[in-house]
Amino acid sequence: MQKKELVAMLLAGGQGSRLGILTKKLAKPAVPFGGKYRIIDFTLSNCSNSGIDSVGVLTQYQPLTLNAYIGIGSAWDLDRSGGGVSVLPPYVKDQGGEWYKGTANAVYQNIDFIAQHDPEYVLILSGDHIYKMDYSKMLSYHKSKGAAGTIAVIPVPWEETHRFGVMKADEQGRIVEFQEKPKVAKSNLASMGVYIFNWKELRSYLEADEADPKSSNDFGKNIIPKMLRAGEPLYAYAFREYWKDVGTVDSLWEANMDLIKKDPDLKLNDSKWKIFSLNHTYPPQLVGPLADVQGSLLSDGCLVLGRVHHSVIFTGTQIEEGAEVTDSVIMPGVKIGKGALVHKAIIGENTIVEAGAKIGVPARPGEKVEISNENGITVIEDNVCVPGTMRIVEGTVLSVAEWPEFPEEWIS
Amino acid sequence: MRDLLGIIDLSEPTEGLGELTLHRTLGAVPFGGRYRVIDFTLSNMVNAGIRNVGILLNDRFGPLLDHIKDGKEWDLNRQRDGMFLLPAPLRTDSSEGLNSNLSNLRHNRSYLEKSRQEYALFSGCSMVTNLDYRVAFAYHLEKDADITVIYNQDGKLASHPPYTAVVTDGEGRITDIALNPRECTSRKVSLNMFIMRKDLLITLVDYYSARQKRDLFTDAIMPRLDELKIFGYEHRGYVGVINSLKSYYQHSMDLLKPEVWRDLFFSHGLINTKVKHEAPVRYLEGSRVQDSLIATGCTIEGTVENSILFRGVEVGPGVTIKDSIIMQKAKLGPGVSLRNVILDKDVTISAGKSLAGDPSFPMVIAKSSEV
Repeated sequence: MQKKELVAMLLAGGQGSRLGILTKKLAKPAVPFGGKYRIIDFTLSNCSNSGIDSVGVLTQYQPLTLNAYIGIGSAWDLDRSGGGVSVLPPYVKDQGGEWYKGTANAVYQNIDFIAQHDPEYVLILSGDHIYKMDYSKMLSYHKSKGAAGTIAVIPVPWEETHRFGVMKADEQGRIVEFQEKPKVAKSNLASMGVYIFNWKELRSYLEADEADPKSSNDFGKNIIPKMLRAGEPLYAYAFREYWKDVGTVDSLWEANMDLIKKDPDLKLNDSKWKIFSLNHTYPPQLVGPLADVQGSLLSDGCLVLGRVHHSVIFTGTQIEEGAEVTDSVIMPGVKIGKGALVHKAIIGENTIVEAGAKIGVPARPGEKVEISNENGITVIEDNVCVPGTMRIVEGTVLSVAEWPEFPEEWIS
Repeated sequence: MRDLLGIIDLSEPTEGLGELTLHRTLGAVPFGGRYRVIDFTLSNMVNAGIRNVGILLNDRFGPLLDHIKDGKEWDLNRQRDGMFLLPAPLRTDSSEGLNSNLSNLRHNRSYLEKSRQEYALFSGCSMVTNLDYRVAFAYHLEKDADITVIYNQDGKLASHPPYTAVVTDGEGRITDIALNPRECTSRKVSLNMFIMRKDLLITLVDYYSARQKRDLFTDAIMPRLDELKIFGYEHRGYVGVINSLKSYYQHSMDLLKPEVWRDLFFSHGLINTKVKHEAPVRYLEGSRVQDSLIATGCTIEGTVENSILFRGVEVGPGVTIKDSIIMQKAKLGPGVSLRNVILDKDVTISAGKSLAGDPSFPMVIAKSSEV
């Protein structure tokens, strides 16, 4: 196979358990985002726009949607001869096979794939972040520093540093200390989970890490600390644009809401840095005679006859007359019946909200409700039907498993 | 449907479309916010399982080629069969052979011969509809017809001449055909789509092209009405015809009715087109949009009523668009007001300008103009 300067390895096997019912049947990178995309589109489009033409996508948890979605990579212009996109699930080897145990082990198990391309550098990416980044600039930085590894970092509020891997760097950008999810942080530069390594060095560290029975085979916990201890030159590459980890219901909702600001930090309609996605060619959206659409993002194939305020409406959604959707994220193919109310909710794909149903309403005084989401975002699973008689209190996370027995007071 | 070859003819008359076809063939005329006219015929064929489609090219086909590329969006970039571009016999010293589908078919006779399909579906591309050719083909076989002509009788097409009226008997066999009849003989209007055996098509092409005839239907099929078993198959769905500015405007505005929008874009499969990866539409606070078809990539802060916006149109605060069709990437200055206007692609309208056409005769601004 043709020699490549760089191969990207995109880790897309995560369950995203903090997204709960939204990732019951699909991996986190396949979760719909931003009106017409799936989360992984941002990373794949970054690769394509950065001129990277060999991308391994490592899948493990619920891969069917993701596999079908990626296909041969045409949507991202990654259907290339001698490279392009390769979906890499774990497989059986001569010494037996096993599931991917951690991020580093996942790459370790695909050493042969990387070696086919004989690259100088390997770019490690994660498929669950929303951002637009030119990896070629990061590679130039990596080369100019003569680094063994470069870690993309972003400043985060000090009070959130305990959620991240935090880098302390000297004036030249060389990392002097790394803290994984520290109680007391020495820096507020958080790792974005985007790494460039020299392949030769990384390979030997991966092999050594695999031989270490005590290792949890993770880049953040094991590989990077080991490289630092060995005195390898690791550099921090500062990224100052929009970046968001959408691993929780709240952050997923917030990141969607970020897009409908008047002047959003992440611009989707930038012709120089398009976000590609696989889409069926649905017709342009039809906005009806009584519709009222404000401060929202709507995609193709939508039929809007009601009121939509401050919401993100995905492909092929129907909102009937008299229905009101506010502060919500409505995923593809959802139908919202006449007069239904949806407030501050995430509605899963192809779910039907029947006429008159009320979702995201305040609890009545004295009403006993099981609130699963403290920030008041209501989540409805995909492919279910919410009967018109139902009233779902804000902050409820509704899954079909708990469907049959409604509390009395839910019926309005 | 592996047995059916699709042929798309681009030689239908375009004079009535004025500036919309100044630099483009009929098939490349933008329609419905994100499509080109040919998308409908092409998608109907592919949705019916047709895997071999030949496109008879005439002149002004540059924009069409840019649009269809290798046929990938219609899944027609195939190792076997797929999409074939069939140019007319162009000569630098004459335009003879242009806009004659018989001459074009004669010129590309080897394509017809080599195709492994036994039957051919020949279609113009001026009809905008969503129809299931599988049912029409089954009808053709069931009637054991020599030729099946697809028609529609909802009455609208006859008000947009030129048109071809057909009369059928109780069995569905066509007994009379008339071009633009003065007295209404029948409400049944041909959609310029015919199914026949490929060898019959080749026989007709050979015979009539050798006698300097030009059009397959009027010159080769009509004279054989008594001799061949020609049946009519009724397609009941919505049909719009694109043959004049008036029909273009009327049938575009039809799309604003939810029932037409559903029928045309969803009934027997989706209509495919070139994908441009535009972002979802942004509606800012203060936008007022009603009865409109809005394509992705648009940003709206002003007022849009009873209009069609193609991809990437920005409607700033204070801009008002009513009863209009605004094609891709129009640039509208602050305070622009448009009514009954068709703006072709890449038009720039400077601040404060107000343009209005008449409901029965929209004002057309040619591609890339600056007003």
